[in-house]
Amino acid sequence: MKSKLVAAAFLAATFGIAGTAAAKDTLTLGIGLEPPHLDPTAGAAAAIDEVVYANVFEGLTRIGSDGAVLPALASSWTVSDDGLSYRFTLRDGVAFHDGTSFDSADVLFSLNRAMAEDSTNAQKGLFEPIATVAAPDAKTVVITLKRPTGHFLFNLGWGDAVMVAPESTENNKSAPVGTGPFSFKRWAKGAEISLSRNDAYWGEKAKLSSVSFKIMPDAAASAAALMSGDVDVFPNFGAPELLEQFRADPRFEVMVGTTEGETILSMNHANKALSDIRVRRAISHAIDRQAIIDGAMFGSGTPIGSHFAPHHPAYVDLTGMYPHDPAKAKALLAEAGYANGLKLRLTLPPPSYARRGGEVVAAQLAAVGIQTEIIPVEWAQWLERVFKTTDYDLTIVSHTEPFDIGIYARDKYYFNYTSDRFNKVYADLTEAVEPEKRNALIGEAQKILAEDAVNGFLFELAQNGVWRKGIKGLWANRPVQANDVTGAYWE
Amino acid sequence: MLGYAVRRLAALAATLAVAALVIFLVMEILPGDPAEVMLGLNAQPDTLAALRAQMGLDRPAPERFLTWVAAFLSGDLGISYTYDVPVSDLIAERMVVTLPLALMAILISTAIALPCGVLAARYRGRFADSFIMGVAQLGVAVPNFWFAILLILLFAVTLGWTGAGGFPGFEDGILPALGALLLPSIALALPQAAILARVTRSAVVEVLGEDYIRTARAKGLSGGAVLWRHAVRNALAAPLTIMGLQFSFLLAGTVIIENVFYLPGLGRLIFQAIAQRDLIVVKDVVVLLVALVITVNFIVDLLYAWTDPRLRKAGSDV
Repeated sequence: MKSKLVAAAFLAATFGIAGTAAAKDTLTLGIGLEPPHLDPTAGAAAAIDEVVYANVFEGLTRIGSDGAVLPALASSWTVSDDGLSYRFTLRDGVAFHDGTSFDSADVLFSLNRAMAEDSTNAQKGLFEPIATVAAPDAKTVVITLKRPTGHFLFNLGWGDAVMVAPESTENNKSAPVGTGPFSFKRWAKGAEISLSRNDAYWGEKAKLSSVSFKIMPDAAASAAALMSGDVDVFPNFGAPELLEQFRADPRFEVMVGTTEGETILSMNHANKALSDIRVRRAISHAIDRQAIIDGAMFGSGTPIGSHFAPHHPAYVDLTGMYPHDPAKAKALLAEAGYANGLKLRLTLPPPSYARRGGEVVAAQLAAVGIQTEIIPVEWAQWLERVFKTTDYDLTIVSHTEPFDIGIYARDKYYFNYTSDRFNKVYADLTEAVEPEKRNALIGEAQKILAEDAVNGFLFELAQNGVWRKGIKGLWANRPVQANDVTGAYWE
Repeated sequence: MLGYAVRRLAALAATLAVAALVIFLVMEILPGDPAEVMLGLNAQPDTLAALRAQMGLDRPAPERFLTWVAAFLSGDLGISYTYDVPVSDLIAERMVVTLPLALMAILISTAIALPCGVLAARYRGRFADSFIMGVAQLGVAVPNFWFAILLILLFAVTLGWTGAGGFPGFEDGILPALGALLLPSIALALPQAAILARVTRSAVVEVLGEDYIRTARAKGLSGGAVLWRHAVRNALAAPLTIMGLQFSFLLAGTVIIENVFYLPGLGRLIFQAIAQRDLIVVKDVVVLLVALVITVNFIVDLLYAWTDPRLRKAGSDV
């Protein structure tokens, strides 16, 4: 008898949830990776921002769904004519979730903490152009730069630049306190992170009363959770091979959006063969991008010809510079002295774009006479071997930071690429402020990278979202690593 | 008996000490830097150095080893590098899932396997035997994660009786929590039951051929009494050994099932900690697991003594 009651309760609970879908004001999202902690100012993991960006924490500016810079905790700003001084006016009536008020002292605290010598901010470079920060009054902040920095307002919109309070920053990793429309409720480690609506929010209040992020590393489990109604939305579904099934299911919508993830076949220019531009061009001709996208990503992804996101207004389509041409690739290799073949290591980190893409790339390279030894590694090994000590020849990785073309101007980055021409263009770009001039320079930078065939530019990673029908106001695209649920509601 | 216990404890301590050293050395050799994993591709060298200093990674290895052991002995398991919370809290949170799951799985497995194994031995060569052993063969061959996915598809997706996974915690009552662990524990238990049933069957078959069974029968005991009082009890040593091994496995080796049901268990904690180079968590959990396995083995030893009076006597002589 008792067991029958339990079964009935189970049934009631299941149908109860399904039956009230129309009046629902809660949302459950599935995420593949658990954030290590919840402080976006102290870690690089995308999973941190995927939970807290815009929802819990806000910066002076923020990035909107189309990648544009929008006002956030700063309601407005003025920039001096020389581009060196930014004067921000802060919003009134802003409070942190613990009740402490937000003013210019918190801005000073947050920025100084990020720039401090013992700062553990993963993007400390964002703050490097700042010379001084001053707070003439409680509602005004003046930031003076060392040199004009074109994308400074964009940089302030990163998750790593959000505003934190001196009273609560100590505990932000496990119990984050921000100013956003949602406040942190509970983190059942390994299982679920829940947020609830902040009814004292300064701006338009969230429509959802609570949001929870369920951590589901397994693709089959994620699919089952969507179908059984345990999860409403997977903003970035990990298994592209299962998307067809959801497209065919009337309960769901599949939203294919763009990301900032340039997926590239990185080459180590310290390798003798790869330091030869003919070899790099041969590899670029050997690659068939569409075959990689079809084979590794089941068709989702956009081909790229340089290190730049296709949805950006300053994008230049350079995919035609090295069309797929095995004969030409062989000729270039022969010219470089590798007519009898070449042997390279291909180190692959865990994500499926790399592991599956690597198999396709290896086959395409073999077709032009380049033998590859595939070395699968885990992330920590990849960071150590490829990224830090550059003990590799080829690797496949997605660079997911927005507007990260500047990595090619860095000294000792893991490609070991140096180009005075590129450095000059990039230096001009960082100081340029007018949009036309900036776009022209960005185009120029893309062209240099393609001409030099610095890396094999493969494709822009797609974001494959699976949404339960009826949810509105979520982001289909991913201009920053975030799952902004502040505007989400059920229809 | 006291001397025996003291010697057992000394052996336990020595095993733990060796295990701690080996684990520490392996973690040292392992390539990968926790600070780099945390800060990612854009981190600047001075930021990495600051984080390493904050984690205490800038000090020499012997010093770190001794600090760790000393703190461990005083009950302080340290602070997780990535989660930034005490490791003891993390382990306690995970044990809330892992312990009930392992216990339920071993209970289900035993409840199925012992009667089936004994039955198969009793009716050796007959239909019941072939049927049970046939099913057991299948149970050994089927991977538990695949079986788990089938369970989810049937009970969660098609019938909608349960959720597809997850763990609500014990805050909302014991029944929902144990209910959430039911499918995973069945998925874990069935392959284990298959092995256990086969072992039980061969052990009982072997004992049934012994002279004392013939004697028991000759003195007129009923078939049931011979089977349960003489044969099964004497045949329990082998199944007990297997159960001990299976329980140890269930404490940490269930990461695949945890992933399929997205349960926050101990297995996934270690898996994640290794990937993120949260070395302190890895070291603490592995040492605790070694201690647990030694304890389980000790309990199995005691159970042997219960099933075999000769061992008990030898034990008290020592």
